[in-house]
Amino acid sequence: MASFSTNQFKAGLKLMIDGEPCNILENEIVKPGKGQAFNRVKIRKLVSGKVLEKTFKSGESVEGADVMDIDLAYLYNDGEFWHFMNNDTFEQIAADEKAVADTVKWLVENDVCTLTLWNGNPIAVTPPNFVELEITETDPGLKGDTAGTGGKPATLTTGAVVRVPLFVQIGEVIRVDTRTGEYVGRAQK
Amino acid sequence: MQDWQPTASLSTLKARATFIQTIRQFFIERQVLEVDTPALSLGTVTDLHLDPFVCPFDYDPSCTKQNLYLQTSPEFAMKRLLAAGSGPIFQICKAFRHESAGRFHNPEFTILEWYRTGFNDHDLMQELDQLQQQLLGTSSALKISYQNAFLEHLQFDPLTISLDTLLAKVAEISDDDWLKSESKDTLLQWLFSTQIEPVLGQDNGHFTPCFVYDFPASQASLARVSENDPRVAHRFELYYRGVELANGFYELDNAAEQRRRFEDDNQLRKADNKPQRPIDERFIAALEQGLPDCAGVAVGIDRLFMLAQSSRHIEEVLAFPVDRA
Repeated sequence: MASFSTNQFKAGLKLMIDGEPCNILENEIVKPGKGQAFNRVKIRKLVSGKVLEKTFKSGESVEGADVMDIDLAYLYNDGEFWHFMNNDTFEQIAADEKAVADTVKWLVENDVCTLTLWNGNPIAVTPPNFVELEITETDPGLKGDTAGTGGKPATLTTGAVVRVPLFVQIGEVIRVDTRTGEYVGRAQK
Repeated sequence: MQDWQPTASLSTLKARATFIQTIRQFFIERQVLEVDTPALSLGTVTDLHLDPFVCPFDYDPSCTKQNLYLQTSPEFAMKRLLAAGSGPIFQICKAFRHESAGRFHNPEFTILEWYRTGFNDHDLMQELDQLQQQLLGTSSALKISYQNAFLEHLQFDPLTISLDTLLAKVAEISDDDWLKSESKDTLLQWLFSTQIEPVLGQDNGHFTPCFVYDFPASQASLARVSENDPRVAHRFELYYRGVELANGFYELDNAAEQRRRFEDDNQLRKADNKPQRPIDERFIAALEQGLPDCAGVAVGIDRLFMLAQSSRHIEEVLAFPVDRA
């Protein structure tokens, strides 16, 4: 894998840092008036998900990480692995529990997710921004209520728990923003 | 190709014109003479961490091909005018530094530099304070010595700390590898930039401009070393909202010491496998002739204007940044 000089640093560049692939979130050049210039970067470690700040002396080179994002449709879970398929080539890839992590609660069959591959292996799964899931459990609540009274918790088929307005009932399919975990509305039939 | 367009809005460029006009007026009212010195020079800066653009010049009457350097600041030429008896002078011009562009950096930038005969560093800080108040509408600037800035924010004395203790202090904050083999000055500069600068003059989220003065003598640059405490030099900087805005000196007037500093710089460059730089002999000759007792300061106009406009990126205040040059 190629090395990248600090001059090439920018948001989105993938680097190997402490043996772990990382994504640059922010890059800033700091140059004291009469001193050594350095880059202050905010990075996300792609395996652990940790976000940290580091500095690099300007002109230093850092090894790039062979990381790529691909869009694959979710198929099924076999108890150990979550299987995804490329809808164009029908090639399948299995992600383990560590890669799927919290995304498990947003996995809907046939939804297209983004898999982050490091050296060809999935290390993270990002769900679509919006998913539609059925409510399996929630208090009956009051009819005629409109949004804004704080709502009530509802459990979805995947086990995710989302706050919904009081008028939403068991068996209804709702739309959820996976980035915030918030109810967006009832799904369009 | 869409990048022919300016990155600053036309209304920002108009405000910039007014801003620069206000600066000119400030100096005209004070009978400071505006000067215009060349951007190209045969000699250049020797600073370890400052690199000039190098321009080939094939038409010297001697028929020898030579390099000219774009100025990193107009300092040497302006001091030659001072030595020639100009009296107080100011200049608004372009300076060039061969380095990366960033949020607060463009390799070509607009600099305001002025010199006041009969002033020392504290007199000049006072004048710069008046200028920044007029331009930014801020209150009077705070003042803290370099030593006290470290004592207050990091609880150690930068003038007496040993390299080993300093390395341990840095290690408490960062495990970045490159820092483990750096010099005391670079470690102090790193700590200053990352730990002190962002919060200088800050009180409950409210910022006041802040001068830092009496830098270590090892970072004296072109300032004279203090007669009371040889560990520090008469160099100051101005910071506001975590941004370095100005660097000033009670100017060194000793030609022999100036030459020695340039030569020491070149030795450091050599040790760091960087090209050595030709010393500006005409500048040294001017110092030998005699520089009047004076203080001078350079201010980054783009940054100052960024703060006046609350801009996030220097591109927002430049017509065409380097990637649209």
